[in-house]
Amino acid sequence: MKINRRRFLLGTTVVGGGLLLGYATTRPSKHRVANETAGSEPFLTTWLRISEDNTVTVIVPHSEMGQGVHTSLPMMAADELDADWDLVKVEQAPATDLFANGVLVKGFAESLGVSFPRFLDGLASSATMKVAEIMNMQITGGSSSVRFTGELGMRAAGAAAREMLVKAAAARLDVPETELSTSLNYVHHEASGRSLTYGELASDAARFEPSSKPKLKEEKDFTLMGKSIARVDIPAKVDGTAAYGIDAAIPGMLYAAVKTAPVFGSKLQSVNAEVALSRRGVVKVIELENAVAVVADNYWRAKQALASLDVQFAASENDQVSSSSIYAQYDEALEGELNEDVAEGDAASALASAETVVEATYRVPYLAHAAMEPMNCTVHFHDGKCDVWTGTQDNLGIRGRVASVAEMDENDVTLHGFYLGGGFGRRLPTDVNTIDQATLIAKHFDVPVKTLWSREDDMQQDYYRPAVTSKFRGGFDANNQLVAWQNHYIGKNEPAEAAHTPYSIANKDIAYADSETHVPFGAWRSVAHSQHTFFLESFVDELAHRSGQNPYQFRLNMLADKPRHAAVLKAAAEKAGWGRNLPEGHAQGIALQESFGSIVAQVAQVSINSDGSVKVHRVSCAIDCGRTINPDTAASQAESGVIFGLTAALYGEITIENGRVQQSNFTDYEMIRLHDSPEIEIVSVDSGDALGGLGEPATPPIGAAVANAVYILTGQRVRELPLKNYRFTAAPVEAAV
Amino acid sequence: MARFRVNGIERELDIEPDMPLLWALRDELGLKGTKFGCGIAACGACTVQVNGNPVRSCVTPVSAIEGTDVKTIEGLAIDVGGSKQLSAVQQAWIEHQVPQCGYCQSGMLMAVSALLEANPNPNDAEIDGAITNVCRCGTYPRIRRAIKSLSTTA
Repeated sequence: MKINRRRFLLGTTVVGGGLLLGYATTRPSKHRVANETAGSEPFLTTWLRISEDNTVTVIVPHSEMGQGVHTSLPMMAADELDADWDLVKVEQAPATDLFANGVLVKGFAESLGVSFPRFLDGLASSATMKVAEIMNMQITGGSSSVRFTGELGMRAAGAAAREMLVKAAAARLDVPETELSTSLNYVHHEASGRSLTYGELASDAARFEPSSKPKLKEEKDFTLMGKSIARVDIPAKVDGTAAYGIDAAIPGMLYAAVKTAPVFGSKLQSVNAEVALSRRGVVKVIELENAVAVVADNYWRAKQALASLDVQFAASENDQVSSSSIYAQYDEALEGELNEDVAEGDAASALASAETVVEATYRVPYLAHAAMEPMNCTVHFHDGKCDVWTGTQDNLGIRGRVASVAEMDENDVTLHGFYLGGGFGRRLPTDVNTIDQATLIAKHFDVPVKTLWSREDDMQQDYYRPAVTSKFRGGFDANNQLVAWQNHYIGKNEPAEAAHTPYSIANKDIAYADSETHVPFGAWRSVAHSQHTFFLESFVDELAHRSGQNPYQFRLNMLADKPRHAAVLKAAAEKAGWGRNLPEGHAQGIALQESFGSIVAQVAQVSINSDGSVKVHRVSCAIDCGRTINPDTAASQAESGVIFGLTAALYGEITIENGRVQQSNFTDYEMIRLHDSPEIEIVSVDSGDALGGLGEPATPPIGAAVANAVYILTGQRVRELPLKNYRFTAAPVEAAV
Repeated sequence: MARFRVNGIERELDIEPDMPLLWALRDELGLKGTKFGCGIAACGACTVQVNGNPVRSCVTPVSAIEGTDVKTIEGLAIDVGGSKQLSAVQQAWIEHQVPQCGYCQSGMLMAVSALLEANPNPNDAEIDGAITNVCRCGTYPRIRRAIKSLSTTA
């Protein structure tokens, strides 16, 4: 189906002598209902403001959570605009429909002939929200901001505005447009030596119609894209002025501390609030369906009073569920009927006639997000309206959620966005338990109330990266060729291709069983790739060793039809000095995966500590994200991704006992710290292909890379994470060269 | 009545003696730069300096710091002829583009500046021993680089 895609100006307005340019890409609505207004649905909106004082303001519809999006997106618009970066300002878009970019991504993906971004599918299918609600949002996830909003929206907006400024200058100077050039917020007429600033031209420019197809620059003409521009959010993050949701300071505000039923799905039974109410500063004790809240004039007072409550939660059908019962349930499900994921060739026959069959079962536990800023939300009901202060990965989606819980019109709710003290998927609009509680608590007051969770609440009331079991069989023929690949796993999540291996194998049988548990599910940095890349790249490694082949060469041999993957694998191996002599007691492991449009390979250099624990010395990480917009930010995202994945591999484990999470804080859900953080080297091998994401793709491969090195050092194949549960003994394996 | 100085200013608060310094700073004095991370001194997000020493304010009752000098992130910049200038540590943090989400960085900066004050040229083991704060974004490689850039020029 061909979609008639148009780009047009939502509005050009003269604002204080300047130009406000709202640029949207739209498509005509196919299924219009009678009461909808006529016109097109915008699906990607971008806003630029050029003021009389010659400053350019780029309004960014995505949240800044450390990934640098408040810098990279304006860079893309400013480059096409030929703007002077020193005159560019950045604003976070307000949470209103005009700035929505959700509908958007869907439309874009369709019009480009690619499938609907699956990270959105995942959210839609994993939550109670309807797809329609999901689409109407300002989501920051799926490593998508730069490759969708930036590449398709920001660049077009900047280019269109530049063309309009040139038209205005041509009229003002009475010369042909072809004699004009632009640079650093000026339009120049070289022949006469005259120049005009963008500020001087802005209001004239607003009178021109924007081009439906603005001409974008070629890569050789980029002035900002591809350069390491310092992030605009960093200065405020070194002097303490950066404001996060937790820092919202509204006059007259009260503070709520909450105790939620520890067993998911359990209800509040009874509360004796007498002692709590007599404590200094305590204003009210509020009973919710599955929680109790104490509201006081200071968070610590609320928290202390909460501890003095006598609270009972009702028994529930989940009280006997444990990690071991969940794994038993998974094993049973895998013995039952499976759903097809990939079926190529005839894996069953190939396995039946194989010379050698290798079998292995892998599994990984639940994980919590553990963002550094504990979950919080401040809500104020007043005059029939509602104000909300919180940091989210989708301000518009959270505004809608508050409106729905409060039974109000969305337009009566104002959401005040903040920097996020970590997102990683936890602050997506599917993960709303804190938001819901904050809304219901604040409903009792006409003053603002800040609901703040403790670290224990955060750890025990998360939306968890699910535990998964994955069973493999690999078959070699008489020539030692891998001819069959079977992978049966639990729970197909997003992205849909997460369990697919890039290697060329003639017969593949990849299938899954659904096995629901009562543990809340959430998207966790890299989503289903976080489990499956560990499984896939560990089992491939296992197959290499079992067939006497070098694990690097084994992979490379199966990538003949995937030159980008092969190039990335080679780059990581070269950077790491794969195959060269290592210090005594060190070994290397390698792993590769494509996710969110980027291909990443990592080599980990590992040794075993005297206490039998694992030490990761160095990680060499090669990335092909097509083209890099801000190399330094890209490197920091890759470093971050590696450490996030390594934390999970070494320490990450949420266990369930008696229906509830056992871990409670950083003491039993340990994080990598400076002393165990490896040296990380990043190699960029940009292919010039379509832009890929950077927020997530470096997370998936590291677990397998480390475990594969551990095998060489110890002869022990790690089929379950985390590594903290092992005490290894060095017993080096003679690896094939 | 709790009495102590914060960033050079005398403070007198009518609060419970067992209220942690963190909440006195954040909710009573409105100094929001010091962050709450874990509440049990396990992550270091709340690190401030008390008489120059790094202290985890979430477990430090105000009664324990009576009469002391408390320095928070808001007081880390240096007064140069009446105007505020970022300290060398803060400048290094910008130079090396250290923060990502930034939430842990106030505590990180307070811990690092206390370390460098006491030991201007720490080796790797000394850095590892002194800086035990959690950064969930994993900015550690840049933190180490930034500290080293300071120690070689110190």
